[in-house]
Parts: sequence; C-alpha cells; structure tokens
Amino acid sequence: MTEKNWQPRIVAFFCNWCTYTAADLAGVSRLKYAANIRIIRLMCSGRVDPQFIVDAFARGADGVLIGGCHPGDCHYVEGNYKALRRFQMLKRMLDDMGIEEQRLQLEWISASEGDKVRTVVNDMVEKIKPLGPLGIPKKFEAWDKEMAELEEKITSSEPVAAPA
Amino acid sequence: MSSPKPKIAFYWCASCGGCEETVVDLAEDILGVIEKVDIVLWPVAMDFKYKNVEAMPDKSITATLLNGAIRSSEQEEMARLLRRKSQFLIAYGSCAVSGGIPSLANQFTREQILKFNYEDAPTVVNEAKTRPRLEYQNNGHTLTLPELRNVVRALDQVVDVDYYVPGCPPTPNITKTAITALLEGKLPPKGSVLAPNIALCDECPRKRTRPTSASFMDFKRPHQLLADPELCFLAQSVVCMGPATRSGCGSQCPAGNMPCTGCFGPTSRVRDQGVKLMSSLCANIAAKEEDEIGKVLEGIPDPIGTFYRYGLAKSLLRRKMNLPFSGERNGHG
Repeated sequence: MTEKNWQPRIVAFFCNWCTYTAADLAGVSRLKYAANIRIIRLMCSGRVDPQFIVDAFARGADGVLIGGCHPGDCHYVEGNYKALRRFQMLKRMLDDMGIEEQRLQLEWISASEGDKVRTVVNDMVEKIKPLGPLGIPKKFEAWDKEMAELEEKITSSEPVAAPA
Repeated sequence: MSSPKPKIAFYWCASCGGCEETVVDLAEDILGVIEKVDIVLWPVAMDFKYKNVEAMPDKSITATLLNGAIRSSEQEEMARLLRRKSQFLIAYGSCAVSGGIPSLANQFTREQILKFNYEDAPTVVNEAKTRPRLEYQNNGHTLTLPELRNVVRALDQVVDVDYYVPGCPPTPNITKTAITALLEGKLPPKGSVLAPNIALCDECPRKRTRPTSASFMDFKRPHQLLADPELCFLAQSVVCMGPATRSGCGSQCPAGNMPCTGCFGPTSRVRDQGVKLMSSLCANIAAKEEDEIGKVLEGIPDPIGTFYRYGLAKSLLRRKMNLPFSGERNGHG
C-alpha cells in the first residue's frame, strides 16, 4: 500500500454476548461502516489479555478497539470491569511508550446497539487517519539497521580464517 | 597428559559488575570450577588481550558467559567475536537475557542521554560542553571510541544465544547448576532458560498468606509502609512481580521484606512480563468507576519502570515509538 491511499488497520476485540452480537446486528441490518476493522470474537472483554493488544500493535495494527457489555450487564458479572481497569493502566503505559491515546479505545456496546458499532468504528477511523500509520514492524527494521553496518565492516575486514 | 580442560570465557558489556560478583559469590565452589576449566577471558579479574581471543580457532571456547546489555558498537563486536569463538554462548544475567535496567534507556533518545550525562546532570561541570568524539587525530594517529547505539539490546537481539541464566544478578545456586550442567554435558534443549519454569510464588515463604481473590483499594510502594514480614505483599497492596516472574532465586527479596521486582524474567508461558503482571494486578482493583480506578492507579507512578524494570528491550514494544532515530554518528555531536 502506498503512503497516499493508506488506510488504518484496526484490530477489534469484541465480546461474544454484547458487542459481537451488535456487530452481527449491524450486518443483518445492512448498516455500512468503515471496512478498517478486523474483528476477533472473544467470550468476554475480560478475556482481552493486554498482551493481545500490545502484540497487535507490534505486528502492525494502527489501532485497537475493545468492545464489551455495558457496566452491570457482563455475562460473567465482572469481566468488563476488569477490562476497564486494565484499559486505564494500559493507556498510560502506551502513552509512556509513545503510542497516541486515540489508537486504543474501549466501548460498551450492547447486543441491540448495531448502530453504535457503526458510529464507533467510523469515529475511530476518522481519529486515527490524521495520526498516520503506527508502523511498528517497520520501526523494528529501521532500528536493527544500525547493526548491519558493523556486521558488514567486520566480515569485510575478516583476516584469513583462523587455523583450526 | 589428560584431555585438555574445557575453556570458559566471562565477558561483560553494559552491566554494573554485579554479575561478575556472583561468580565470586560461588565462594569455595569457584575453586572446584577453576580446577576443571581454563579461563581464557575474564576482563574484570584477569589480564587478557582481545587479540588473543581473535587468534583462537573458531568454536574453541567451550562456553562464554556474557553479561550486560548491548548498547555500543564495541559490545556488539565483542558479542559477535565471542559467538564465533564459542560452542555455547550463554546470556548471563538480566541485562544480557532481556536488556535489564540499561534497557530502560529505550525510553529516551541518544541525544537526551548524552546531553544529560555530559551537560545537565547536577554533578557535571562541563562549560565547554565537551562530548566524547568517535574519532580524533593525534600525531598522525587516528584514535577511535565505540559508538553509542540508539537502541539498547538484549544479547539475543544481536547474536544467536544458546542458553539463558536470568537474575539481577543470577544467584550462586543457579549459576552453579548452569556451570555443572555445562561441564557434565547435561544441557537441556537449546534456547532454554536455566531456571525453574514456575512463578516465584511457588517457592515464596509468604505463599500461604497469598489472597485467593485480591482486591486492591490502593497501591503502596515499599517506602510507604512498614511491611509485615510474613504476609503476602499483594495482601499488603504492594506491587510484587512474583506472580509473573520465574522462581529459582530462593525468594531472596521477599525473605528480606522487599517485594519481587521481576529480575528473573517471565516463565515460558508469558510473552511480555510487564503487561502480564499489570493485567493481573489491575484486574483486581476494587473500584468500578473510571475516576476511582484512576486514583488507585496513581499508586503506580512509573508503570514502565515498575513492570519492565529488567526487560524493556525484550518487551513486545522494545522502545518508545515516537523517538527520533538519529543516523550513524550524528548523535555524538
């Protein structure tokens, strides 16, 4: 993809009971929304291990969206509160690591709120577009280049192979 | 003459010297080690020239125990040289295993680091703002200094590593186990961490008092309370990295009434020690409202320094993302 027609890639972790069902509803209701999200269905927003989120960023996601049931509505009673607490800390950590806060979002979307899926996704895409690509895999590559020059220098100046 | 003794090398990169201290901490046991091996390189304790190492045939050193993170061109070069000369290269200590405390520098640019250390630090007087130069001409000779890299790296981010011995520093018991396994040729599969693959809580003397369901009203740092010497730190609202950290150290910190800070790194089931412990701690905060949760989280003022104290280089993100990355040589001014 060229820089010009770049589109953000957003990984969305949706809970089975509310947000995923809402996304399903948005689908059967033929609501149109930005095609930038890749939805991963989990049983609960409380199952979203922060490792998943950080890993998504590290593998090239430009944004991560977590969708869960409204407070008080969790199928497992407390899962969404756990998600909220982790989210608040992770946001601070990501900020310390230089990842803009708009790139991580948590939304409560109930099974009947198909329209909210549309607005949330569209809004998030609009917020991330001006930030541009996060492009972490490319950064890793660029960082590691500083070692390549030395390797080249050493191998080229290698004396004849040491006697065995 | 009996068959030649195995050759062992110890080398240090970006480290504090604590790992070298552990080798000495083997006490009388070190005599047994020295009897069985030839030490061919140990800059901290004995006089060797790099040239002698360069002259050795490839793979002629049985094992190199390398400690310290890799953050300069010289350390990179030595890591490559020792890799080539050694049958086994062992990352020894947190810095070599996962970047260690030096890798917290991955939150800053090279320029910020040099400027602080040569100009702004309160103990520095340097009106001319002199900085070390990479090259200097003197009487027709070119003198050179190693270059500081933009990124601090763990050893396996530079060269292939055979085994890992974690700890800041590794404790004498696991050092001894590692050296014994090496000398007896009883080594586990390549890439193994030579420490138990179970969380520290398993061997912690406070294990019995671990809360079955923790519920944090606040977080306290060790200097903010008189810690009970027997009660689990999590039950005292102190951040303890134990649940996300490998055991094997003999629980020295909890035994000394200090919480675990995570130096043995994660078990094999955890990919990123920092967010993993953050996840478990934060999920168990009692508050349910955003503001109240935020207040509890203020008890952890420096999440990166707390959760990634010994492993930022090997975390999933490795380095702060929005830092400029200066090209070769620019950063030294």
